[in-house]
Amino acid sequence: MSAKVTGANSWTIAAARDALRKGEISAVDLTMSCLAAIDAGDALNAFVHKTPEIALEQARAADARLKGGDAPAMCGIPLGIKDLFCTRGVPSQAASNILRGFRPEYESTVTAKLFEAGAVMLGKLNMDEFAMGSSNETSCYGNAVNPWKVDDRLLTPGGSSGGSAAAVAADLCLGATGTDTGGSIRQPAAFTGIVGIKPTYGRVSRWGIVAFASSLDQAGPMTKTVRDAAIMLGAMAGHDPKDSTSADIPVPDFEAALTGDIRGKVIGIPKEYRMDGMPGEIEALWARGIEMMRDAGAEVRDISLPHTKYALPAYYVIAPAEASSNLARYDGVRYGHRAKLAAGDGITEMYEKTRAEGFGPEVQRRIMVGTYVLSAGFYDAYYNRARKVRALIKRDFETVFAQGVDAILTPATPSAAFGLGEMADADPVKMYLNDVFTVTVNLAGLPGISVPVGLDGQGLPLGLQLIGRPWEEADLLNYAHVLESRAGFVAKAGKWW
Amino acid sequence: MLDLTYTAPTPKVIAGARHDWELVIGMEIHAQVSSNAKLFSGASTAFGAEPNSNVSFVDCAMPGMLPVINEFCVEQAVRTGLGLKARINLVSAFDRKNYFYPDLPQGYQISQLYHPIVGEGEVIVEMGPGIARRVRIERIHLEQDAGKSIHDMDPNLSFVDFNRTGVALMEIVSRPDIRGPEEAAAYVTKLRQILRYLGTCDGNMQNGNLRADVNVSVCRPGAYEKYQATQDFSHLGTRCEIKNMNSMRFIQAAIEYEARRQIAILEDGGEVVQETRLYDPDRNETRSMRSKEEAHDYRYFPDPDLLPLEIEQAWVDDIAARMPELPDAKKARFMADYGLTDYDANVLTAELDAANYFDAVARGRDGKMAANWVINELFGRLKKEGHDISESPVSAAQLGGIIDLIAAGTISGKMAKDLFEIVYTEGGDPAQIAEARGMKQVTDTAAIEAAVDEIIAANPEQVAKSKANPKLAGWFTGQVIKATGGKANPATVNALVAKKLGL
Repeated sequence: MSAKVTGANSWTIAAARDALRKGEISAVDLTMSCLAAIDAGDALNAFVHKTPEIALEQARAADARLKGGDAPAMCGIPLGIKDLFCTRGVPSQAASNILRGFRPEYESTVTAKLFEAGAVMLGKLNMDEFAMGSSNETSCYGNAVNPWKVDDRLLTPGGSSGGSAAAVAADLCLGATGTDTGGSIRQPAAFTGIVGIKPTYGRVSRWGIVAFASSLDQAGPMTKTVRDAAIMLGAMAGHDPKDSTSADIPVPDFEAALTGDIRGKVIGIPKEYRMDGMPGEIEALWARGIEMMRDAGAEVRDISLPHTKYALPAYYVIAPAEASSNLARYDGVRYGHRAKLAAGDGITEMYEKTRAEGFGPEVQRRIMVGTYVLSAGFYDAYYNRARKVRALIKRDFETVFAQGVDAILTPATPSAAFGLGEMADADPVKMYLNDVFTVTVNLAGLPGISVPVGLDGQGLPLGLQLIGRPWEEADLLNYAHVLESRAGFVAKAGKWW
Repeated sequence: MLDLTYTAPTPKVIAGARHDWELVIGMEIHAQVSSNAKLFSGASTAFGAEPNSNVSFVDCAMPGMLPVINEFCVEQAVRTGLGLKARINLVSAFDRKNYFYPDLPQGYQISQLYHPIVGEGEVIVEMGPGIARRVRIERIHLEQDAGKSIHDMDPNLSFVDFNRTGVALMEIVSRPDIRGPEEAAAYVTKLRQILRYLGTCDGNMQNGNLRADVNVSVCRPGAYEKYQATQDFSHLGTRCEIKNMNSMRFIQAAIEYEARRQIAILEDGGEVVQETRLYDPDRNETRSMRSKEEAHDYRYFPDPDLLPLEIEQAWVDDIAARMPELPDAKKARFMADYGLTDYDANVLTAELDAANYFDAVARGRDGKMAANWVINELFGRLKKEGHDISESPVSAAQLGGIIDLIAAGTISGKMAKDLFEIVYTEGGDPAQIAEARGMKQVTDTAAIEAAVDEIIAANPEQVAKSKANPKLAGWFTGQVIKATGGKANPATVNALVAKKLGL
């Protein structure tokens, strides 16, 4: 056994991998350091189920594999897993009361691949209920807390992958899985000063991930660096015959693509993303990002994505429509919560009471919106029109890519992290505006990555988003790597928890 | 392929209190696809398993589970489409039909509303020799079956069995081209026959593997012809749908009842309400299940878990190249090649196993004789013991051997029946049995002549009668055959008797 190393929980995946391979630390010690950080981080409410026994058992197996040499990059790397992923024998509730006590008898493809690569599961991470939310405040476990704060004001880590973002930013784990339907990886990554990539739709299997909106959902890594995202995505991605929408396309060596050379590449700047009322700090950050890309030898070009303004309304028709159907299975018949029934109650009362008790208000709102837009007489006006908008948005991107644009640079969020509870009484649409820069990417099925680039006046992290061509995550990660290096973002949240 | 030409049958007319009415019927047949695995999961489709034993995580809609199409079920749907001379859609898509019911774990059925895999086709439904209804098929789509709710096991609880959940169904939708209860039953019979020939559905109605929803409306004579000319449904009456029937007899009775119910309403000055009805065989009546207003809003939309289903023409062509001979073609061939009557050809093609059996018996032999033997002797004998053709103790080769002995004049018809009984009960090679047991008819003219002479000499009265009325000469033939222990060839005896009597 190697000498004890303190603070290993704050390492990057790349650094830990190298240290593990050199025998400078054992997977067990690395895991223990994370488990200690997790126990000390309860105030963040990031982990909702801790799995130390599984973690140590996996760490011991990883150490054995490392001793044998030739261990994969993720071997021995301790991770947090979003509660949306089904993990065998471990509570997997999508942060919803309706799945209270649900322990799947199967392992999601993503977690199975990570475990096959030797990764270690520390536990399950907080999130918005069924991934519906932008602040992690719809969770049945209560909100996760952003490790970054301003004075005594507690902030949201964003959502829906808020627990994942908080855990990675607070060094409770080396990386975490997230899922992104409209920005649920990229927005919390931006709010917490970490990296999050949503891969091309079809790059990562959805099998075993609780579905929110099937045509938009995509899992991805949330990590401390772009290199880590490249390493972890490589282990998560790949064709899965159990997911009909998963693409049979080879997975390249993403890390090898991080050359730092983007000379001659064309970076598009979409004018439609310059929104009215955009905070000056966001605008300034964007301008700095543009300069960084130009300094690195890229050609920066103004572009137009004319249908951008219709993206958010289209998204908030399509996603609830699919969700209303995807969540119909939570009916109290086979698993999860079932309401106590009164004498004389029949099946209708069982459905109504179970679903009223099991789903929180935001989930209920989206089920109702989704049911409405699919109903007879409204289908064409809402759902079909939204599909047409979606096709136009996709075409907008195809057009600029066809004109030689290699990637698109935009802000990741319209603001820095906001205070917990601040949006409680706001119009829900105000919360939905958090997704304004990110939903287009899901609607078009493209890869998008959020990279921390700077701090705002209050000292909170801000991120920029890069959008790439389909299946070209390798190039996208390289652009993000350049942005990351040039930004030199090294700030960490001061430990207060 | 041979084409048979038909004339259309006259539609059924029901005389109301005021005037005559005609029926217009369209059907939706739900046929379970013959496949070992379900439509979107690998679970088994075996019938009669322990409740909830053929259930995968996908079938019971566990969180995060995803459907993956079973290619064989698609092939079966394509084969069925080809069998109904239908258009095969190289691109089709799956939609979700959303509704809540405990035996529907996903909360939606995966079906094909907007883009079915099979388009327009047809079924020729024979109603008599040379008379047939051409029923147009509108579409065939693939969809999932639901599970089974069980409400009578416990006073307070209901149970669900998911074994059938997710099993592939083909919904075969006809145009409203059926014009009476008998035609409706004949349509289901014909469709079932075709599906069984194709091997795409076992047609077992008792197990619910073939079920029918029947849309019935009534109209005044002449209205239907206007509809046919324009395809404008406003010429037809308001329809009611009778759900989920799994017996030919009930289908007919339900249509009959429903038509009379609608006629009574209309003649009373009322209006038929479009609704879904259930047939109660105990009371022989249909009852309202839900009205149009109460109808579910199924909120169909494309299933985002499944990409559009794209198939290649070459794959379809390959399935087409491996198509079996279908009932119409087989019947035409039996009539042309074996000289069968329309009736016998129908009997012999009703079931594929029987048709194949007959084909093997008849090949290279006298077709009519083969048909008589298969229908009268074999089917009669099997029916007596409640056996199926597949359980026949007499193989086609054995029956052929018996017919060969008759054709060669070796044995008489009477001996053949005895021989058949022996082969049926004991088995064995017919020629060897006949040889071993001395079953051989006498064709030696000299030996028969002696017997004829002897009987003529002994019966002068009978001779006189026969000379007056030659039809009575048959008595001598019978006597001669009897005298020779049944071994004399009847044709030879007949000729000799006629000659000796000078007829």
